[in-house]
Amino acid sequence: MAEHVQAKTVTAHHAGKDMGAILKDCAIAAFIAFAIFAPIIGLKTVSETGGLVLRQRWGAVLIATAIVFAGRLALHLLFWSRAPEAGKKAGVLPRLAGRLEPLIPFIGVAMFTAAVILPWLPSTDRYILDLGTLVLTYMMLGWGLNIVVGLAGLLDLGYVAFYAVGAYSYALISTSLFPHILPHWLLAWSFWLALPLSGALAACWGLILGFPVLRLRGDYLAIVTLAFGEIIRVVLTNWISLTNGPNGIPGIPRPSFFGIPFTRGDNGFAHTFGLEYSSIQRIIFLYYIILILALCTNFFTMRLRRLPIGRAWEALREDEIACRSLGINTTNTKLTAFAMGAMFGGFAGSFFATRQGFISPESFVFMESALVLAIVVLGGLGSNIGVAIASVVMIGGFEMFRNMDFLKQVFGQDFDPSQYRMLIFGMAMVLIMIWRPRGLMTKRDPTIFLKEKKAVSADLVAEGHG
Amino acid sequence: MAAVAGNEVLTVEHLTMRFGGLLAVNDLSFDVMRNDITALIGPNGAGKTTVFNCLTGFYKPTEGRITMRRANGESFLLERMDDFRISRFARVARTFQNIRLFAGMTVLENLVVAQHNALMHASSMTVGALLGLGGYRAAEKEAVEKAKYWLEKVRLTDRADDPAGDLPYGAQRRLEIARAMCTEPELLCLDEPAAGLNPRESDELNSLLMFIRREHGIGVLLIEHDMHVVMEISDHIVVLDYGEKISDGSATEVRADPAVIRAYLGVEEDEEAPDVEALVSEAVVAEAPPKSKRPKPAAKAKAPRRKTGSKGTRK
Repeated sequence: MAEHVQAKTVTAHHAGKDMGAILKDCAIAAFIAFAIFAPIIGLKTVSETGGLVLRQRWGAVLIATAIVFAGRLALHLLFWSRAPEAGKKAGVLPRLAGRLEPLIPFIGVAMFTAAVILPWLPSTDRYILDLGTLVLTYMMLGWGLNIVVGLAGLLDLGYVAFYAVGAYSYALISTSLFPHILPHWLLAWSFWLALPLSGALAACWGLILGFPVLRLRGDYLAIVTLAFGEIIRVVLTNWISLTNGPNGIPGIPRPSFFGIPFTRGDNGFAHTFGLEYSSIQRIIFLYYIILILALCTNFFTMRLRRLPIGRAWEALREDEIACRSLGINTTNTKLTAFAMGAMFGGFAGSFFATRQGFISPESFVFMESALVLAIVVLGGLGSNIGVAIASVVMIGGFEMFRNMDFLKQVFGQDFDPSQYRMLIFGMAMVLIMIWRPRGLMTKRDPTIFLKEKKAVSADLVAEGHG
Repeated sequence: MAAVAGNEVLTVEHLTMRFGGLLAVNDLSFDVMRNDITALIGPNGAGKTTVFNCLTGFYKPTEGRITMRRANGESFLLERMDDFRISRFARVARTFQNIRLFAGMTVLENLVVAQHNALMHASSMTVGALLGLGGYRAAEKEAVEKAKYWLEKVRLTDRADDPAGDLPYGAQRRLEIARAMCTEPELLCLDEPAAGLNPRESDELNSLLMFIRREHGIGVLLIEHDMHVVMEISDHIVVLDYGEKISDGSATEVRADPAVIRAYLGVEEDEEAPDVEALVSEAVVAEAPPKSKRPKPAAKAKAPRRKTGSKGTRK
């Protein structure tokens, strides 16, 4: 008891005595901020008549420096002063996420229900549907990449390559191949015929990437996959005779409702089903296609996890040498992981192509790979529900920046919130990685149990070495 | 060694492993009998683990032939096989000196992963099981039954659903043996299974190994420093020093072998103790007040005595 009291007085004493030190620390932080901001914010090049002019904006630099000083001071006074006690308890966000974990099944059901009824909600307009489709596309990509990164523990920075292969496969097959070989009545089915083909082609590319990287681990694997993603993009840009280069491939056929196109005419979807024609019908249909594709991805991944191949992937992530000592062919195991991940990437790619109707290499830049990987890492490696939440937050949440027009009233008419998207995105990533380094959903669900299913805590689960 | 000829499960002939200038194993030949526990002992750096790595395909030996004879009459030249094929086809299972469990997977999952090849076959390479065809469900149930059998043998049934990384050290060692046994091996190679175990646990390990030998009729090859384990359960001991075999025989034969005593167990008490005592008393006389505590003869020391110069210096 006495010790407790003493400890308390010491803390109080500490906080009082350190005010000078705190101010000094804040001043140092402000100085560093000033040194960094002076050239970045303070100087601006403006092109005017007569050439480039250097503008000085010292006011802005001062404001930024003051913000850093005040922020640092606020951190000291509000958070860091209680550090010794707070150290025992987890922060607000981890505790919140920890409390969410028992609710995972309900979150899953709620998200599924919301996704299914979304097109029928009165408040849903075309914008929301497009956004939902985009979120689901990334969710599907996230789930596909989760096989490679989350389960098998192979860090893949070039996942967009398979997305690109799928998209270009579908585009080329449906514009250049099918019109020549398919009878006319079957052409309306081209999406459904080309979808498995593009998935298979992407899976082949997964194997092609898999072979050279079999012996690589960790950073080296990441670099080679990164390079692979760039190679695909550069080839797509430069192989003009096949891919039409940077001009892209236009006129990619839209999917039909199992043979019935979404057109105004007599054979159209609306006429056949006695509905009034509306362009939103196709949007809703596309939304459901990607919903079903994404759910298939999820279902397959969850199913595969419980099969020997999935357990071998996870075992490979845990310890490759032990795997080999148990007679598991790690080569095949790695290749199947790459191929399965690539296949789902390919499906997502062909959906992307049919939805856009036009694709060009510009859509398949490294940023996409990074975004999908960020979704997987943020959601929690190996957790499909985490990936779902992360993709809603990352894609949906950041898209919301575009229509935060009320901020214009605060910061003036010139303020464009969407320009701060990436800044907030980066900050959110940093914060989440500090608070919850293993992602939102960290517990590993055992694939088989004897008496009772107990989740495996994240600190025991390996991240994989490559 | 007077063993029944033709009952060898493993024959190692002229095994040599060279790492650059370092000769880790030199012209080593020995046999492992079925239904026998063979111990591979030797001071630190004698090349025991290198031998294991050659047997299980993690190293490709520079020279030599390693023949594995399975009970069904098939025989395999292990030095030509990939590591995972050795486990899968030649049925050689191993454990590791530094435990290599799948820490983030549960105890049961560890044992089910060990039956990967059988299950993979039953799931028709995943496709069948994915479509719900074939007897995958039955095969998985069978795999769980086998896992339960071994869980009981290593007394881990209660912890089946806990992550392997959460187990205490001794239990992890036992689990690793159970996992190796789940691959249905005909030769079980254990790399220091008693390291870090307390006396009670190492007694338990002894009875587990005796059980495995008795009930499963397989050859067991173990590397061990714990002489209590080695002398009590080994039918046959091979002693290595600096990569060369210096002795080979039963526990009593090896214990009496002067070469072993010199290299490994230190100075034999009966022969050298008088000299030591004489030296000590001389020293005591020469120096200062005699201490009541008599210095222990070196033979009692468990730590292997090394000659000066580390393993890297010898060519």
